[in-house]
Amino acid sequence: MLRTEEMLLNVGPQHPSTHGVLRLIVKIDGEMIVDAEPVIGYLHRGTEKLAEDLNYTQIIPYTDRMDYLSAMTNNYAIVHATEQLMGLEIPERAEYLRVIVMELNRIASHLVWMGTYLLDVGAMSPFLYAFRDREEILNLFNELCGARITYNYMRVGGVKWDAPPGWIEKVGTFVEYMKKQMRDYHALITGNEIFISRTKGVGVYSKELAIQYGLSGANLRVTGIDWDLRKKQPYSIYSRFEFDVPTGKTGDLYDKYLCRMNEVVESLKIIEQAVNQFPEGGSIMGKVPRVLRVPEGEIYVGIESPRGELGCHIVSKGKDKPWRLKFRRPSFYNLQILPVLLKGENISNLVAILGGIDIVLGEVDC
Amino acid sequence: MSLLAILAPVLLLVIVLAFVTYAILFERKVIGWMQNRIGPNRVGPWGMLQTVADVFKLLIKEDVIPEKADRALFKLAPAIAFVPAFAVLAVIPFTETWKFTDFAVGLLYYMAVSSITIIGIMVGGWASNNKYALLGGMRSAAQMISYEIPLVMSVVGIIMTTGSLNLNDIVHSQKHVWFIFPQIIGFLVFLIAAVSELNRTPFDLPEAESELVAGYHVEYTGFRFAFFMLAEYVYVFAMASLTTVLYLGGWNAPFGLTIIPPIIWFILKFLLVVFFLFWLRATMPRIRVDQLMQFAWKVLLPLAIFNIFLTAVLKEVPGIGHFY
Repeated sequence: MLRTEEMLLNVGPQHPSTHGVLRLIVKIDGEMIVDAEPVIGYLHRGTEKLAEDLNYTQIIPYTDRMDYLSAMTNNYAIVHATEQLMGLEIPERAEYLRVIVMELNRIASHLVWMGTYLLDVGAMSPFLYAFRDREEILNLFNELCGARITYNYMRVGGVKWDAPPGWIEKVGTFVEYMKKQMRDYHALITGNEIFISRTKGVGVYSKELAIQYGLSGANLRVTGIDWDLRKKQPYSIYSRFEFDVPTGKTGDLYDKYLCRMNEVVESLKIIEQAVNQFPEGGSIMGKVPRVLRVPEGEIYVGIESPRGELGCHIVSKGKDKPWRLKFRRPSFYNLQILPVLLKGENISNLVAILGGIDIVLGEVDC
Repeated sequence: MSLLAILAPVLLLVIVLAFVTYAILFERKVIGWMQNRIGPNRVGPWGMLQTVADVFKLLIKEDVIPEKADRALFKLAPAIAFVPAFAVLAVIPFTETWKFTDFAVGLLYYMAVSSITIIGIMVGGWASNNKYALLGGMRSAAQMISYEIPLVMSVVGIIMTTGSLNLNDIVHSQKHVWFIFPQIIGFLVFLIAAVSELNRTPFDLPEAESELVAGYHVEYTGFRFAFFMLAEYVYVFAMASLTTVLYLGGWNAPFGLTIIPPIIWFILKFLLVVFFLFWLRATMPRIRVDQLMQFAWKVLLPLAIFNIFLTAVLKEVPGIGHFY
């Protein structure tokens, strides 16, 4: 027998497929991974600590920069927690606008995931198609709030900007357009033999393991657990809409792909209903005091971000600034299972499995 | 006459370099259109000078050699990779008169010489002293060995029909029927193995960008990097020519359209193959390394052998025997 040695391979933080500045220390035997250890913190900005010196409105732009693919849901997490603690009433129109932008953002986020994931497994074109469609959503956001990535759109008690005339109709047109595009995506990608062989049966984990590691979002649902906070702990006005929660059967990467694609369809359903029910006129800001003083107390709210359960925990001492703020970032928790999944896989699967988890490093490091 | 003999290879070299320049532009344009983009259009009209500018940039770049690299091998590797790419062009008959050698074992020569390139790639990966480069080099070695065999086996059917390894004879025997029709199984095996030989999508594992960053040439810069790229695109030229010669009837005109000169026919068929290769790149994901091996040994090789068997049997069947 030839004497062989294990090799230590450093993947990242500068690597095309780590989706940002994740670093992995991988021990490989040939192309087989013996051990993998994620190293995080390259994008740590101390958001939670900074927030202790900011008043509640000032925290909102910081949350934009956590999960930068889905800033609307982050905005919502902090304003929702604050509103709950203060017991504020939110006007109808603001609630509808919030739901529409959050679901649009979920679609945009899933499109980025789909595009980059296909890029990870070696296909180039879907990435550009996905970004073309995401561009439509970003244009809608641009028209609504003047920003394409970091929206800073929501405020405690409502939203900052009302929908400009004709905007709601444009959203309706986009829903129709996107439905047509989904057919195209299924025709181009879902049946591709190489894509199926790359993803079927790869990166499988059990329900029990998923729960043990605190996974949430599509990573949890893919094992067959029907858990969506929009259904299970309805917040905002989600209880008014009819939609399904797509779950997987086998828990492999192909199921994750289908699961996320179906989530886009469900989001489109929600937006369609919201557009139809959208109230004429009305205020977009509730009755909010000029200086936000949150009564003493503690609250945790969890909402369903595109990546899983995004939690916001506020401890207030009755001041205009939080005493302590903690975000439960889904990417951070979802990433913890990676070393378990990678053991015994080869380098090609490393990229596919890491991509399947769908992490955003801004959120992991916060 | 002797002056022509000296000038002709120089001319071919110029043609090949011009091809490489515009093949890269063509590839970027084609993929751009398929992806709803415009492609390069800033340098020169229609982006015609884009590749020229890119090559110029590569030439004036600093030539970096990693400190712990094996200097001699590191410098040698691009040359080993690129010389065979040009050497194989010697046996390709472009038309009846436009050819360099009338070599009795032309096909064998092509197969043998083209596999030398792999040594250059492996040496480059090894000498870089980089783990990604090493993995890329090893992957390509494994891949080339696996795909060389079905590639050679797939053309045996043609050799049996023609009774010659001479590429000229092979084209001549396609006067009436191109080999793509009787040898369809062989053609498919050949095409897949050829794409793999060229390290192009979906078989671009040695330089898998999303996994190995750039694979074997990750440490190469400037001129040496350009050499690896050049070798790759010259192989596109060579492989497209070989496919045309072996399966698409070479310079022979279809439907008796002999008004159009043979060289035009050759170029048209050749461009069709080139386009096919670029088209693949825009549509396919990458196959996994273990699946690649399984596919070569468990699918392609048996198919190629079956094709040989089929050719031998059909040769004796009255009525269609003369096709084989």
